[in-house]
Amino acid sequence: MSILVNQNTKVIIQGITGHQGTFHAKAMLDFGTKVVGGVTPGKGGSEVHGVPVFDGVRESVEETGANASMVLVPAPFAMDACFEALDAGIELLVLITERIPFHDAMRIMSYAKSKDAHVIGPNTPGIISPGLCKIGIMPSHIFKKGNVGILSRSGTLTYEIVSWITESGLGQSTCMGIGGDPIIGITFIDGMELMEEDDDTEAVVLVGEIGGTAEEDAAEYVPSMKKKVYAYIAGQTAPAEKRMGHAGAIISRGKGTAESKIKAFDKVGVPVASLPSDIPKLITG
Amino acid sequence: MKLFEFKAKELLSKYGMPVPKGVVASTANIVKDFPYPAAIKAQVLAGGRGKAGGIKFANSFDEAKGAFDQIIGMNIKGYEVKQVLVEEKLDIAKELYLSFTIDRRVGTTLLMASTEGGVDIESVPDEKIFKAHMSPLIGLQPFIIRNLTKALELTKEEGKKLGQIVRVLYNAYEKEDAELAEINPLVLTEEGNFVAGDAKITLDDNALYRHPEYKDMDRNLDPLEIEAKKKGIAFVKLDGDIGVIANGAGLTMATLDVLNAKGGKGGVFLDLGGTDDPQRVKEAFYLMEMAKPSVILLNIFGGITKCDTVALGVKEALEEKKMDIPVVARIKGLHEKEAKEILKDAGMIPANTISEAAEEVVRVRGA
Repeated sequence: MSILVNQNTKVIIQGITGHQGTFHAKAMLDFGTKVVGGVTPGKGGSEVHGVPVFDGVRESVEETGANASMVLVPAPFAMDACFEALDAGIELLVLITERIPFHDAMRIMSYAKSKDAHVIGPNTPGIISPGLCKIGIMPSHIFKKGNVGILSRSGTLTYEIVSWITESGLGQSTCMGIGGDPIIGITFIDGMELMEEDDDTEAVVLVGEIGGTAEEDAAEYVPSMKKKVYAYIAGQTAPAEKRMGHAGAIISRGKGTAESKIKAFDKVGVPVASLPSDIPKLITG
Repeated sequence: MKLFEFKAKELLSKYGMPVPKGVVASTANIVKDFPYPAAIKAQVLAGGRGKAGGIKFANSFDEAKGAFDQIIGMNIKGYEVKQVLVEEKLDIAKELYLSFTIDRRVGTTLLMASTEGGVDIESVPDEKIFKAHMSPLIGLQPFIIRNLTKALELTKEEGKKLGQIVRVLYNAYEKEDAELAEINPLVLTEEGNFVAGDAKITLDDNALYRHPEYKDMDRNLDPLEIEAKKKGIAFVKLDGDIGVIANGAGLTMATLDVLNAKGGKGGVFLDLGGTDDPQRVKEAFYLMEMAKPSVILLNIFGGITKCDTVALGVKEALEEKKMDIPVVARIKGLHEKEAKEILKDAGMIPANTISEAAEEVVRVRGA
């Protein structure tokens, strides 16, 4: 089992004919993901790596039975692309695009909720369950099938931690980037709930960072879980009121400090790694 | 992007918000003929300026001159005051609070209002604050305003006038893509009119492409930070002297944390992002050089990003600019071996882990 995606997930890529779209379509196909179609308005009828391209999402869903979409559309057009996908009945949106205006993100999330659809991101590397499905832009080769579930607000830092986990001999059940933006779809808690129910996951790693209260909220949820949770928090030495690369990574009006997050995890007995490379050591004890 | 009070008021008044008559000035001469009494308010992008002595009252031009001398050049929470806003003094009957913000926890807009205005909203007890989360799909509806005016126990006349103010603020918040639009205090004058006493607006940087009019607006950023923003590089100036470059915001923050834990102090946070384009890597290094760090810590994890292409960019940058700043490089992932060769060739100090790199940086800096 896995969360949100599996070997039967049928994926379309919105923005498949772009540089990123073409590259990651190939990488996902190589991984074994069922990429059944792509959408680029005006490019319908063409193909990318043997995958049919459609002008619109509804058409692609009708032709292929797709139930998930990866959105690689530039920020100014991302809201429209998401609305189109949700309107066509897509159940899972993986929104890779970064720098989406916050008001647009709020509208996307609200519409998704009204359609009972899930959104991963925006500003996420995606989701991967080794051996089953990858919808995203992560480097497949660093992952290995295993029992550690990972939920993260960042990209490269996640890869760093994943590679340490893989090198230690452990592997991953599902690794999901929840997104580095302030307005996101699936939260840490949503991911934790799913991983608690997932037979393949034995331990959950949360990779958090400064800004917002997602980690504090996650810590409050921990006592209701049977599975062991571990954490890493980036930005312990970040200054206040400065956006540290991610739109969501900002200590604002005294809120969102690493200190507060680490304290919240300490309180519920979640071990917090001081180095990314310490995560596997914490898990194996 | 945070706006100065005078800019925020200028923007809100375009939408129909009543604001006090005022003039922005950096020297007193400009306000010789201002109708005193007046409030003289420091223009800084930091809260708590009142407590810091950044607001004074003047009954005459002479008093205003004294206030200018005291306020201009003052340092408030690390920001130097360069301008003041001279405003007509209001006859205050009541002070209210009103704001629209993005509540990241809920993922929607939060409307807050209180009759306890003029103080930090964090210090107002929860039961004295009216709160309403609003779906962005329906926006501000009349029922929300009805609930608000009822909760605030205003007279019918006051409620009607306040409703208009709420609508105006929401329009500005939504149309200008603001993260925050706050009026505190929202003054109810003795004559029974609402006026924005202060205004705080933060615009969403991600939406600036929809608002080209703000493109070259004064920003309270370091000149290098402005340069980086133009190039689309995440660059933050810090207190220390060591330059940290990594790929990805999380990894850069983590590298900075490890460096600090090992006794080093970061002076620059530079996130290369997902690029391995040598040209962009070079630009990033040029920016770093301008910040004049004592040592550079480079940390690359190559997943899809190819380490050797990044290394090539670094090497070219060092050679072209004849940089003699020591660089400690930790590089891991795709094409790692080739990358290490290139970096060695360019005279960089190799390290295998982030901790090792941080320790090496501290050692090199001390030497």
